[in-house]
Amino acid sequence: MEKLVAAGISVVYDGEKIIEDVSLTLNEGELVSLLGVSGSGKTTVFNVLSGLLKPDEGKVLIDGRDITGKPGDISYMLQKDMLLRHLTVIDNVSLPLVLKGMGKKEAREKARSYLPDFGLEGTENKYPKELSGGMRQRCALLRTYLTGADVALLDEPFSALDTLTKASVHRWYMDIMERIKLSTVFVTHDIDEAVLLSDRVYILSGKPGRITEEIKIDIPKPRDPLSDEFIRYKREIIAKIV
Amino acid sequence: MLPSPAEVGRAFVSELPILMEHTAVTVQEALYGLLIGIVFAFAVAVLMDAVPFIKAALYPVLVISQTIPTIAIAPLLVLWMGFDMTPKITLVVLTTFFPIAVSLLDGFQSADKDEINLLRSMGAGRFQIFRYIKLPGAGEQFFSGLKVSASYAVVGAVISEWLGGFEGLGVYMTRVKQAYAFDKMFAVIILISLLSLVLMAVVALLKKITMPYLDK
Repeated sequence: MEKLVAAGISVVYDGEKIIEDVSLTLNEGELVSLLGVSGSGKTTVFNVLSGLLKPDEGKVLIDGRDITGKPGDISYMLQKDMLLRHLTVIDNVSLPLVLKGMGKKEAREKARSYLPDFGLEGTENKYPKELSGGMRQRCALLRTYLTGADVALLDEPFSALDTLTKASVHRWYMDIMERIKLSTVFVTHDIDEAVLLSDRVYILSGKPGRITEEIKIDIPKPRDPLSDEFIRYKREIIAKIV
Repeated sequence: MLPSPAEVGRAFVSELPILMEHTAVTVQEALYGLLIGIVFAFAVAVLMDAVPFIKAALYPVLVISQTIPTIAIAPLLVLWMGFDMTPKITLVVLTTFFPIAVSLLDGFQSADKDEINLLRSMGAGRFQIFRYIKLPGAGEQFFSGLKVSASYAVVGAVISEWLGGFEGLGVYMTRVKQAYAFDKMFAVIILISLLSLVLMAVVALLKKITMPYLDK
């Protein structure tokens, strides 16, 4: 079932077309990557999908409902974890609930029940600066999840992590996505990451940025990044992206 | 003409009861002035942050107002408002207001754009964005402004007392100066410095208490 649809999106900025006729779909429970080199307009697509930016042309639908230019239905996460430094872990993750009008105590209660699933037990009264990089990302993910949206938009969320932490966060993310029935659009320039995690990959390239390819990754998960198939997909993508 | 430290010490001790009475007045003026200054600064900074037009209109006026020497307006304030506390508090407000307002405004305006967007995406309104991002984000700048203002507050109160009044350390100062009592003069100077230091220490303590999440 189609969860999120972007249809014919174009954005003009300062008289220059940044992206042109970008269309993509995300099915329920799917993880789809939007892969592109720097400057291809990834962030612009991201901002349109999240509702922060109103496109000059095109529409964004979620469950068939028009949400173009209206933030609040899709939760998103950037490379920067953007945890508020003056709030403890529990208050950071329960912030989306509080912003929606839930009482502080109730919000904390609800958020607390998710801490173990996100590997954050025992940290609730810590400030973000006291957490490791991987923990901060998981904390940001829990906050993303608690916004209540079942579509998550991630913009290179793991690219600041070291290789080993990244691998464990990847595994953990796939697992949690399944458990909490999340559909994800993943914006990245990391081909390995895209092939490792995605059901489908959209390639965004050119100037203005257009979707030039859609590639279905047909390898059962979890995937081995050293297998022949994996490398074949990687080659295919590299050939198409440049 | 220059008293020895021992003489100053003796003067300090013998004058202590009188000094304390005057200190109470001066500290009151400084604190009231500082508090009112904070309230005004906060209101003006919030307005300037929220409405760009107000900022454009008000900011230059504020800057120019700072070039007017305090010592020149103090006698006017006394003439307009009388010899009691009002003109003194007003002068303290005028000197403490600016550093706090400017630092607060800087703090509000340097809020992280991505963080604001994130909260918007969670459906936060203007007030919530202010409450969760701008206000806490401006904490450090606020306290640096407050520290500067705290040191101005005591000195501002003393200067305004020089120019008319019946109590306060400034009044005491003019009296002992006219009596050529240099030992007492130095005693009161030291006392004023101490008061400023204490006030600044209180500000530092407040910062520590209200912002426990900062690194040292």
